[in-house]
Amino acid sequence: MKKVSLELGGGGRLMRDFIAERVLPAFGNPILGELSDSGLLPDGLAFTTDSYVVDPLFFPGGDIGTLAVNGTVNDLVVSGAEPRFLSFALILEEGLEWEVLDRVLRSVRKATKAAKVRIVTGDTKVVRQGQGDKVFVNTAGIGRSVARPRVDRIRPGDEIILTGAVGDHTLAVMLARGEFGLSTKVRSDCAPLLFLLPLWKRGALWMRDVTRGGLATVLFELAERLPYPVLVEEDKVPLSRAVRGASDLLGIDPLYMACEGKAVIVAPKGRTADFLRRVRGHPLGRKAEVIGRVQKKIGRPGELLLQTAAGGLRLLEPLTSELLPRIC
Amino acid sequence: MEVCGTHTMSLFRHGLTPRLAEAGVEMVSGPGCPVCITPDGLHEAAIGLVTEVEGLTLATFGDMTRVPTRKGSLQTAAPARDSRVRVVYSPEEALEEAKREPGRQVVFFGVGFETTIPAIAYIVKQAARARLRNFSVLPALWLVPPALKAVLDSKEVAVNGFIYPGHVSAVIGIEPYGFVARDYGVPGAVAGFEPGDILLAVRSVLDQALEGQPRVALEYGRAIRPEGNPTARALMAEVCEPFDAEWRGLGRIPASGLRFKAKYARLSAENAYGLKIRGAGRDLPGCRCGDVLRGVIRPEGCRLFGAKCTPESPLGPCMVSYEGACLVHFKYGRRERTGS
Amino acid sequence: MCLAVPAKITRLEDSGLGTVDYLGTEVKANFSLVPQAKMGDWVIIHAGFAISVMDAKEARETLQLFRELAESS
Repeated sequence: MKKVSLELGGGGRLMRDFIAERVLPAFGNPILGELSDSGLLPDGLAFTTDSYVVDPLFFPGGDIGTLAVNGTVNDLVVSGAEPRFLSFALILEEGLEWEVLDRVLRSVRKATKAAKVRIVTGDTKVVRQGQGDKVFVNTAGIGRSVARPRVDRIRPGDEIILTGAVGDHTLAVMLARGEFGLSTKVRSDCAPLLFLLPLWKRGALWMRDVTRGGLATVLFELAERLPYPVLVEEDKVPLSRAVRGASDLLGIDPLYMACEGKAVIVAPKGRTADFLRRVRGHPLGRKAEVIGRVQKKIGRPGELLLQTAAGGLRLLEPLTSELLPRIC
Repeated sequence: MEVCGTHTMSLFRHGLTPRLAEAGVEMVSGPGCPVCITPDGLHEAAIGLVTEVEGLTLATFGDMTRVPTRKGSLQTAAPARDSRVRVVYSPEEALEEAKREPGRQVVFFGVGFETTIPAIAYIVKQAARARLRNFSVLPALWLVPPALKAVLDSKEVAVNGFIYPGHVSAVIGIEPYGFVARDYGVPGAVAGFEPGDILLAVRSVLDQALEGQPRVALEYGRAIRPEGNPTARALMAEVCEPFDAEWRGLGRIPASGLRFKAKYARLSAENAYGLKIRGAGRDLPGCRCGDVLRGVIRPEGCRLFGAKCTPESPLGPCMVSYEGACLVHFKYGRRERTGS
Repeated sequence: MCLAVPAKITRLEDSGLGTVDYLGTEVKANFSLVPQAKMGDWVIIHAGFAISVMDAKEARETLQLFRELAESS
């Protein structure tokens, strides 16, 4: 493959290979090499960035503005840091209506208030009509580490909590495109995950927000860092009825559908009940479930295994090809 | 043998294949995936259209866009100016785009067995009625019963019974399978897609074999009438006519494909664009999709399976299509004997 | 490729177009291939087209049977 394909942005294996084969050799260093959601800097700081090219700009439950704030905030939270400041850069397409831009900016204001962060620097660029697509956004975020993720401390017996139903964001964006003859009451779950921060001090070992690539991809990233296999139980994964129905109709696997307000947490053995109670105590975590665990009995080191609802066992692979472009 | 990708998927997803094997029933997948049996020549023609014609939308079903050919796939192809590949859920969406945007050319790359063919015939008829000048269909329409005959005649696989595809049968009914029992003495049953449906169908086949009474049993009565769907069949017959199509792996099979009748020939993309479809095209080196489709080998029997050919970097359509045996085996079949 | 699923007709116009409900998701559907279908019928829907009308009684009985089998195993 000699040219960049749309698949590269999908968050799956192609993107990971790209980073491993081209980015790290170009300017890698130990901090970047961790490939976690945020760079963990000396002096207790964490730093992250993300770009947002979602199409359409507005969809039930959110818009490019809320995504741009919450996506970056969540990358800091799951890296053990309390988000403090964001940068906000716009690439606008010539001809964009002010009304649209104002709406995005209002959304951003609301989201920064809810996420308790301030935008302290930014940039604006405009490209010719046809050379962009209405609005592209980049945000970078800086936060203060309250704890460091400790993958090296994860042991068999540690359990995996998923904070709620997966797939709603992908479905909301897909249907908002109006390209499929489907309609259902689904809303993107875009939200800040600040309520998970206290879990770090209570011993959380690892967290990831479930975005592009979906639950399977995120769990695969965990499994490949461990010298133990990870087992997930399919029937414990919460799904909204809308996602269940639409995924059957469209032939999409919900395990690969993105969220923008859900996370997986590795809880040390013995603390699961406590973590679950705390997560479920928050409106955004009511449907949290223990969906799996790190264990030694079944599978080989580094494998991600799924116990299917019908009692079978299979390997879960990370996302391979683009489900849907420009989902976030 | 089952000849339906959705049956393959159901068998594996629910862990039925190993349990049936333990009971002495070996399930083999046949040519049940319409995307997989469409030879490269047609995929390459579609790629040619979107890369060479400007202002064209190539609309098709999702997994068609990822089938790898020597020219790459639809998904990785660099479209001509103002052209694009569009994934649709229903053929009507392609027709609607053509109606909405008279300045664009829309080609629907329509692939399917008898389950899907009536829908495609429908949009062709609608397009003709509306006298659309900017719409055409590149057809890859396949018929199941002739393929069953080809499998039986080749004698490559000793098939003791068939599980017939549930939703193809919704359209064609059970009569077209009659020759399998009558002329070849092989039992069979039409099955639905729940694990219970498949097990009941397998049991029916075994009963038929034990009784020495091969026939075509209907084990999906809640959804299928024995006579099928006459309205759908009439529409297919009005718009299409059979011809000797060339299948990936199975070669040329008499009266096994459908093309548009002369009255609708203008709506065929081959005529609209003067396409020369290069026969079957050539599979990528080492690819044994053809053998998998004939049931001669299991996906695991292909040297490339799981090694060079994976869902991330597929070398053939069987690893791409949601109904492809190789993808199903890869996703659902590995490690099924591990643990409990 | 889109699978075929059972769904209930929620809207049926004279034009042959309408919608079905599948697990709470409303899907646009074309009923031209099943002229005998009525509002409230269950159909098999594939690629946006209803291809068969289901027998509701038999559907209920079979699915009940499967549920019992699943529970007893």
